[in-house]
Amino acid sequence: MDIFIQQLVNGLVLGSIYALVALGYTMVYGILELINFAHGEVTMIGAMVALTVIGLLVGVAPDLPGILVVLGGILVAIPACMLLAFSIEKVAYRPLRKAPRLAPLITAIGVSIILQNLAMLIWGRQYVSFPPLLPTMQFELLGAHISLLQIVIMALAVSIMAGLWILVERTRLGRAMRATAQSKEVAGLMGVNVDRVISATFIIGAAIAAIAGVMVSAYYGLAHYYMGFMLGLKAFSAAVLGGIGNIAGAMLGGLLLGVIEALGAGYIGDITGGFLGSHYQDVFAFFVLIAVLVFRPSGLLGERVANRA
Amino acid sequence: MQSSKLVVSALTLTLALGIGGCGKKDGAGGEVIRIGSVAPLTGPQTHIGKDNENGARLAVDEINAKGLELGGKKVKLELLGEDDQAEPKTATIVAQKLVDAGVVAVIGHLNSGTTIPASKIYHDAGIPQISPSATAVAYTAQGYKTAYRVMANDAQQGKALGEFAVNKMGARKIAIIDDRTAYGQGLADQFEKAARAVGGVMVAREFTNDRATDFSAILTSIKGKAPDLIFFAGMDPQGGPMAKQMKSLGLTARMLGGDGLQNANFVKLAGADAEGVVASSPGLPIDSMPGGPEFRGKFEAKYGVIQVYAPYAYDAVYALVTAMQRADSAEPAKVLAELPNTDLQGVSGPVKFDAKGDTVGGAVTLYEVRDGAWQVLETVN
Repeated sequence: MDIFIQQLVNGLVLGSIYALVALGYTMVYGILELINFAHGEVTMIGAMVALTVIGLLVGVAPDLPGILVVLGGILVAIPACMLLAFSIEKVAYRPLRKAPRLAPLITAIGVSIILQNLAMLIWGRQYVSFPPLLPTMQFELLGAHISLLQIVIMALAVSIMAGLWILVERTRLGRAMRATAQSKEVAGLMGVNVDRVISATFIIGAAIAAIAGVMVSAYYGLAHYYMGFMLGLKAFSAAVLGGIGNIAGAMLGGLLLGVIEALGAGYIGDITGGFLGSHYQDVFAFFVLIAVLVFRPSGLLGERVANRA
Repeated sequence: MQSSKLVVSALTLTLALGIGGCGKKDGAGGEVIRIGSVAPLTGPQTHIGKDNENGARLAVDEINAKGLELGGKKVKLELLGEDDQAEPKTATIVAQKLVDAGVVAVIGHLNSGTTIPASKIYHDAGIPQISPSATAVAYTAQGYKTAYRVMANDAQQGKALGEFAVNKMGARKIAIIDDRTAYGQGLADQFEKAARAVGGVMVAREFTNDRATDFSAILTSIKGKAPDLIFFAGMDPQGGPMAKQMKSLGLTARMLGGDGLQNANFVKLAGADAEGVVASSPGLPIDSMPGGPEFRGKFEAKYGVIQVYAPYAYDAVYALVTAMQRADSAEPAKVLAELPNTDLQGVSGPVKFDAKGDTVGGAVTLYEVRDGAWQVLETVN
């Protein structure tokens, strides 16, 4: 039983990270119907910038408490990612807004490759390790080990999601976002500054991605110019699973994907008597994704696909 | 038609460059001999890949500086570095690319998973291939007369590891994780065979891949089976976070790995949780190698810290070039005829090949992380 609870905790932490990154995919898709494949790389840049700042801070002020150092890293990474996402949107996507949908999609993949190589040039090919700054406090929960960092990651994911929901549903900017999502042209006629709303969407998604990037590198103890790729792919799958364009869906999809992966990898070997092993971890997650798409093409919480097309 | 003009001029340019490239003459009038070097230069294993290429480049630069004469003519070596991304399918593409570029030999690849599929292409083209680091038994077991390696293979390494785990570390119940690459799978199988033979019991066999960072699911599953030791057959980008996650999940089992873990980067990634991890590496520790300290000085002055296999890549180039010198030619067929007679005192130790192309008498050394650095435990022959 304690093994099962541990697997559940593993899955929820992994899922919270997926969910944070998935939010960025789903927000942009909700408004532009563009799959921003460069989003995973924005996460990576966030982690790298934060690590650089953390390295500098440790060098300059070695007596500073670890939490403040990490916080300093996050506080620099957020505006850096915001600026990056703003420029990406302005340079790569805005000129193509009226182009066929395939064009910005391919551009997004291009931006992702450019960012990866840029990061490789700046930070090198090496894995960058995250210094042991955060407390490694552990709790026992029904026999499962759970660390303070894991609790922080889950709490952060939930509160960011809640904050985003309030932003979209309860503020002026949120109303403008929803209007733009329904129809850019009509929203523009009603006095919504569509360009600004779209920029804002990218910027908010990037800020969340920066936080997610720092969390991932702190949790696994490393960062790498390549880390955004697989993370982005999984987060994108989570967004589709939950219903792309839907904020609560991204959260649900992320958590679900994390738990499916953990339980799948943890038990498949024992259940099938070693016939299928834990190398089917990813297959398992994507199998569920395919099943959901076959029976519910708009995702678990997605709607309005029919009248969009 | 502006665009068609552009195309024509681009074509002319390409042709001109192509002809220039085929000229095989350098400024000094000597002939240029091309040697390929393949390793992952992008992706998670980039640091190890670049290390291999730098090792080979150091040897090539040295030989060029000394001057090489074949068949009475001065020749110059040129190293063509290619990136196989540690992907078997990319490996065959770059292998073909090198063959088409007219290389006379290839130093590479880094991984067994890429070396094996590429070896067929080099075999079909009849050019020698010397891998500095591919350790899977299958590589030289294909019967290709073109396949060589300068490092002990996984049968030697797996045997040393399996016996060490049971006899010296006192492990009875053992869990194995491999990264599903040809290297990881092969080493894990050899380890399992050796450990079973001396009385070890396998309680779990789990899998991951060479891109993963999260191992909590498989480690939790392993924890339920309470092993004394976890053997990981894979590379440091996975091993580092795995060591961390073992500790945070409260696993008390010791961690053991192969040469994929035995590098500076693993200790950096695992931090304090690297303490007590044991790993092996074929060959002698770099400072015990006959030419080790000297090599370290030369290498670090140019490229920085040695990751793992750079001395082997360096020796591979020298094994190749001495064979060329004995053949007095760079022609692949003549070089291939001379390679079996290699008897070289390399920086990593004596380089001699058996009939299959494996190194004769490769030693395996075991290391443990103590106080944040790899310390030598013992060398097994």
